[in-house]
Amino acid sequence: MITVADIEKLSQLARIDVSDEEKASLAKEIEAILSYVAEIQKASADAPVKEDYLRNVFRGDVETHESGIFTEKLLAASPDREGQYFKVKKIL
Amino acid sequence: MINTKELTIKKTHEALKKGDFTVLELAETYLKNIEEKNKDINAYLEVFDDIKEQAEIAQKKFSDGTATILTGIPMAVKDNILIDGRKVGAASKILKNYVASYDATAISKLKKEGVVFLGRANMDEFAMGGSTENSAYGPTKNPYDLERVSGGSSGGSVAAVAMEGALVALGSDTGGSVRQPSSFCGTVGLKPTYGRVSRHGLMAMGSSLDQIGTIGKNVDDAEIVFKNILGKDIFDSTSQDAPENISTTKPKKIGVPFSFLKQGGIDESVLSNFNETVEKLKKEGYEIVDIDLPNNHYSLAVYYILMPAEVSSNMSRFDGVKYGEHKDGKNLLEDYMLTRGEGLGKEVRRRIILGTYVLSAGYYDAYYHKANKVRALIADDFRKAFEKVDVILTPTSPTPAFKIGEKSADPISMYLADIFTVTANLVGTPALSVPSGFTEKDGKKLPLGVQITAPHFREDALFDVGRSIEGRV
Repeated sequence: MITVADIEKLSQLARIDVSDEEKASLAKEIEAILSYVAEIQKASADAPVKEDYLRNVFRGDVETHESGIFTEKLLAASPDREGQYFKVKKIL
Repeated sequence: MINTKELTIKKTHEALKKGDFTVLELAETYLKNIEEKNKDINAYLEVFDDIKEQAEIAQKKFSDGTATILTGIPMAVKDNILIDGRKVGAASKILKNYVASYDATAISKLKKEGVVFLGRANMDEFAMGGSTENSAYGPTKNPYDLERVSGGSSGGSVAAVAMEGALVALGSDTGGSVRQPSSFCGTVGLKPTYGRVSRHGLMAMGSSLDQIGTIGKNVDDAEIVFKNILGKDIFDSTSQDAPENISTTKPKKIGVPFSFLKQGGIDESVLSNFNETVEKLKKEGYEIVDIDLPNNHYSLAVYYILMPAEVSSNMSRFDGVKYGEHKDGKNLLEDYMLTRGEGLGKEVRRRIILGTYVLSAGYYDAYYHKANKVRALIADDFRKAFEKVDVILTPTSPTPAFKIGEKSADPISMYLADIFTVTANLVGTPALSVPSGFTEKDGKKLPLGVQITAPHFREDALFDVGRSIEGRV
């Protein structure tokens, strides 16, 4: 059972402000979706499954480009900046 | 006067080479179509204002002999694929004024060929949806019936091609977002093998599922664009080239999961059209084999666990700090909460909350971990099936295009539209939707499509069978 309090907690974790009205409808919708997807519990997934198609891909930990050449372009897209920094409110 | 209805990439290329018309005349013909039709259909969010400059660059390639098959070809690009210096927003308010800082790899490849990008195409916000109703800028309507949806999430790209507003288009496909709208609007839509086209510069939704796909009026056009964007890319570690020893034998055996089709929920018009397509393929000399995919019925449930989990993680980058819209609160936490609460639309919020739930401590094993195991079982079913058959055939969508608003109040009924398409994303196989005829609803002719699935890296088999369905072999 998904309650409005559960949605409250999840929205805090996900950093999304959700109205009280939406919390109530989300509780119902998430409950319905979860009861639909719960059918996977019936699948027998105990048998060993071949997963050799998954492998890690690495690259060398090296400089891929000259330092700083993209800085201005990327910082220009930020809502607020100070010099070479993104500007945010202080945390402590 | 150029009749765009008769054009294919090959015909256009020949005409441009001979000088029957110029790149600019061609682009302007499409712009005129867009001007006439876009106000009703809403396929484009923006038509670019530098078409003339782009056309000049392409025309020069014809005069200096460096033109290739795609030079001067007018294309629509889904609003989640980055083109350096142009606005791109995934049809979301949170990226309302965002300008791309670099080219997606697919785009830089197409730029080299001299493709003319006409504009950015509407979509469900961040590709989350199956109808383009989740766009912050209004739904894209179906060119065959304006009361119906175009499908989604690449509804704008597909409708642009269907309304003669572009010759071809790029979309993205996470659970059917290129194929399902293609079946709703009568176009050909390809989802390539996972990793075959670089995802660099495609806004991430479900990173283990996403692929850039191509859309055209026929199989050849979708194939040509695909062949010009594929390949391993250093910017996407999951991208890969086809193995050198891959078989290229012509497909002969087509598997159909008949028992899966009997489970109900499929529109009668879709089933009878599908059966006609099967008969047609038999007459073409293909052998039809009844196959069993024992875990296939779990696909949609697995998808609606893994996809939101990946969404909740991918969407965390929208924090109002690095780029995009920002809403100011009392402190940093409130900045995040307000920016995301106001900037992200309802379906996106719903999927993030759902994903947060299935990944949270206590539920991770029952949902996310179990779903990954079942995903491997489904992949194993496909591997076994492909030992017996060359390709697998199903309808693309269980219904023709539905009415705008019909499913928006009930997320599960909307999700069920993905029942045939999500499997290819879970398994990573390539899949192609091909128009297979029409049905009539409320006095309007609506397109239908069938979906072909092939083993990894066997797009060639899709195109072969696709051309048989088109009846142009």
